[in-house]
Amino acid sequence: MSELIYKSAAQLSESLAKKEVSAREVTQAHLDQITKVDKAVHAFLFVDTEGALAQADQVDAARAKGETLGPLAGVPLALKDILAQEGIPTTCGSKILEGWRPPYSATVVKKLRAAGVVILGKTNMDEFAMGSSTENSAFGTTQNPWDLTRIPGGSGGGSAAALAAFEAPLAIGSDTGGSIRQPAAVTGTVGVKPTYGGVSRYGVIAYSSSLDQVGPCARTVLDTALLHEVIAGHDDYDATSINAPTPPVVAAAKRADVKGMKIGVIKELSGDGYESGVSERFEESLEILRSQGATIEMVSCPNFDYGLAAYYLIAPSEASSNLARFDAMRYGLRVGDDGSRSAEEVMSMTRAAGFGREVKRRIVLGTYALSAGYYDAYYGSAQKVRTLITQDFAKAFSSVDVLVSPTTPTVAFLIGAKSNDPVAMYLSDVATIPVNLAGVAAMSLPAGLSEGLPVGFQIIAPAMKDDRLYQVGAALERELAAKWGGVLTTKAPKLNSSAGA
Amino acid sequence: MLTYDEIIEKYEPALGLEVHVELGTKTKMFCGCPTEFGAEPNTQVCPVCLGMPGALPFVNERAIESTILIGLALNCSIAPMSRFARKNYFYPDMPKNFQISQYDEPICTDGYLDVEYETPEGMKTFRIEIERVHMEEDTGKSLHVGGATGRIHGAEYSLLDYNRAGIPLVEIVTKTVLGTERYAPQIAKAYVKELRDILRALGVSDVKMEQGSLRCDANISLSPRGSGKLGTRSETKNVNSLRSVERAITSEMHRHAQRLEAGERVVQETRHFQEDSGTTRSGRSKEQAEDYRYFPEPDLLPVAPSAEWIEELRAQLPERPSAHRARLQQLWQVPDKEMAAMINAGVVGIVEETVAQGADPTKARTWWLGEISRLANEREVEVAEMPITPKDVAEIIALVAAGELTDKLARQVVEGVIAGEGKPKEVIAARGIKVVSDEGELVAAIERAIAAQPETAQKVRDGNIPAAGALIGAVMKDTKGQADAARVRELLLGLLA
Repeated sequence: MSELIYKSAAQLSESLAKKEVSAREVTQAHLDQITKVDKAVHAFLFVDTEGALAQADQVDAARAKGETLGPLAGVPLALKDILAQEGIPTTCGSKILEGWRPPYSATVVKKLRAAGVVILGKTNMDEFAMGSSTENSAFGTTQNPWDLTRIPGGSGGGSAAALAAFEAPLAIGSDTGGSIRQPAAVTGTVGVKPTYGGVSRYGVIAYSSSLDQVGPCARTVLDTALLHEVIAGHDDYDATSINAPTPPVVAAAKRADVKGMKIGVIKELSGDGYESGVSERFEESLEILRSQGATIEMVSCPNFDYGLAAYYLIAPSEASSNLARFDAMRYGLRVGDDGSRSAEEVMSMTRAAGFGREVKRRIVLGTYALSAGYYDAYYGSAQKVRTLITQDFAKAFSSVDVLVSPTTPTVAFLIGAKSNDPVAMYLSDVATIPVNLAGVAAMSLPAGLSEGLPVGFQIIAPAMKDDRLYQVGAALERELAAKWGGVLTTKAPKLNSSAGA
Repeated sequence: MLTYDEIIEKYEPALGLEVHVELGTKTKMFCGCPTEFGAEPNTQVCPVCLGMPGALPFVNERAIESTILIGLALNCSIAPMSRFARKNYFYPDMPKNFQISQYDEPICTDGYLDVEYETPEGMKTFRIEIERVHMEEDTGKSLHVGGATGRIHGAEYSLLDYNRAGIPLVEIVTKTVLGTERYAPQIAKAYVKELRDILRALGVSDVKMEQGSLRCDANISLSPRGSGKLGTRSETKNVNSLRSVERAITSEMHRHAQRLEAGERVVQETRHFQEDSGTTRSGRSKEQAEDYRYFPEPDLLPVAPSAEWIEELRAQLPERPSAHRARLQQLWQVPDKEMAAMINAGVVGIVEETVAQGADPTKARTWWLGEISRLANEREVEVAEMPITPKDVAEIIALVAAGELTDKLARQVVEGVIAGEGKPKEVIAARGIKVVSDEGELVAAIERAIAAQPETAQKVRDGNIPAAGALIGAVMKDTKGQADAARVRELLLGLLA
């Protein structure tokens, strides 16, 4: 049944609906693949074998009874370890939460369960979603299935690698500055950061509350849309969730037509700093869209140049507050509690031992940026930049339907190449960050290979116009897949148990 | 050491009062947990109020409504848009290690409350200006076990109860209050009392200081007269009763004056009021102002009440306590002096409730201002805090009117109720209190009195009616006060006619 792992979620959905295959068989095939390749890839922090099979059996039983099931019922999924799942170890990639089993589930997890999606386990990530390579995970780096010596992107490298290694056809990520899109780009998969407020954040361990957004990941645009539809929608438990109908993303993915659409190329997100292979694939994709009847024009978003700087003030500021709760009092790690020390000492020792270097770096940065006397200069200025970037987007969207850029300046870099240079690492997200600052929607999908490694193409749509991402993305994917003889991941190396590690 | 008069002569006091009110909403500020007081520790908690990773707050609309009502009752402007902010600091009983509060964009600003106070020069009205009214969440509670003081320092271990974490709090902050002069402690107390009455009338909180649902931090500073600037203030916490408000401020004024006279400076710090000694002790110093790193709460949207909603709430406001009192005074025909006494004793509301239970207003007033006030003074508590209800008092008044109790017996019943012996009927039964109305028994007692004081009896027979007092007194003594004095007099005069 190993062929099952190479199928898309949409194909599996069809086979399941026709009872050609059972959810248990599909789940078992993916669990087998995890057993086979995850030693090399290390996409998963926890595999819930029993739970996944039990969920699959439930779906099979429901189907046998003739119950009406959603399209993704019985399709397996990899869940980023940033989402709380009741009773399942949830670490957020940090030692400080090692062993914590949440007493509740995130809204997205509840929606997945209600839709019959089978959750295989929790995927690796940079600690508290801070990073672009998963090298900041407290539990070891994830390897890129395209080249095991390279990073799979971050923070959601585990989810993206699980897709590229055929360990799951669907995955959930979270994107604060590019943590869905950058891993998608460097693993040849598809990832969407929905409009801020489009998907509930309840139960998603907060890094930067005003930027964090949960989103769908898959190997095809249609699969991503199917998952998007399951997880999106208003949630009373998230005050920032938008109370409006979810844009028709699945219909848009099926429509896959760009005739008459205006596509803007962001001038500031090209040229210097972008590898030539990346620029070439980007240009080729533009050509395809043009040939399909879209109009391409250059637009300028001058304030994007300040996006990275603003992000590295706002995100750490919010993080310094969000991460204050990890204090050894109620859950997680506790260090130094030998009866001789005060609560404050235990808090301090626990945080010193439990947080990694990058997390500490950002807590210090954020604490400083919010301090009396510095607030206006740092946090205040960054918020102003944020407003300017939002205005840049508004202006651009007044003349075009979507904006496009390369997702990342480079292909996957070697593990360790940037670990000692945080700023170089931060630059991986230069093209993805403005999207989070403005709360708009964006997708990364494969544009081809450069020197054998995947290149990402980013599409950006106005808030609550997420459907446009799918409409454009699916049109581009159709043409590229025809050229490649399948979506890009079909070209990914077939890993076997002896590979790497 | 300066006397109080000398302090006032040399220094001008400036007050600042911060009152925290726990709202009486059924659920917490940012989650659906119940708010009942006194539940088993950590039974009224959920991922949100425990600050579990991933949990998010959502706003309790009722709490916003209550806060707007408070703002309107205090003549505040209601901001068309206000924001929650995070106040960041580490403390074990604060689940998220930040408190969701409001900072530079509070929901209500710039109001006032007029406080009436009877001075020797007559009734005066003091306008206390309100700077802001804002919403926030309460913290949990720490119980420090072991060690001598029950304080965190020296404790063996601490227990944490998060039931209170997330209960909606409203903070009402005054501007600096000048001009109260020698009455600063009394005005502060009168302000808190008036505020309490308003909050009770609004029905937004049960305002029980002893249970902590109304807490007052009293700031005071003294500045040398003519200096033209404010002195350094201290902030006294743990002020758990109205009486303590007055005592704490008086004590702080003496302490400040003593330091200033000695050429020392007053340290800007938090102090804790100690009920037993009536003085304050130093808490943590605020000299190095803590940096709370406030920033807008990104998990919550701004609060933007519509103008229509605000007007709807304004229309719901109950009568202002001062207007209400004026109406009652008219209705009950109470002289100004008496009304002032009632206000200062804080009994207007209680008298009103007693009247509502069927009692005569004058009688009700007499009981609360007289006997019950006297007993309250003995116990050094507020009249309102006495363990006797308006219903009890109304019942006792009714029994007197029906002739089943004499005034003297009624006082015994009141005493019994306050002593915790039960409801009036139970006290009467337990103490065997009854009016001796058996005529035969009374006549026998009167005859014994006449026999014992033949000369006095003769004087009465000769028309010296006032002399009958001695005989009546003897009869009352004989019957252990259980006879109706009026009836005794009637029978006695009949016998000696």
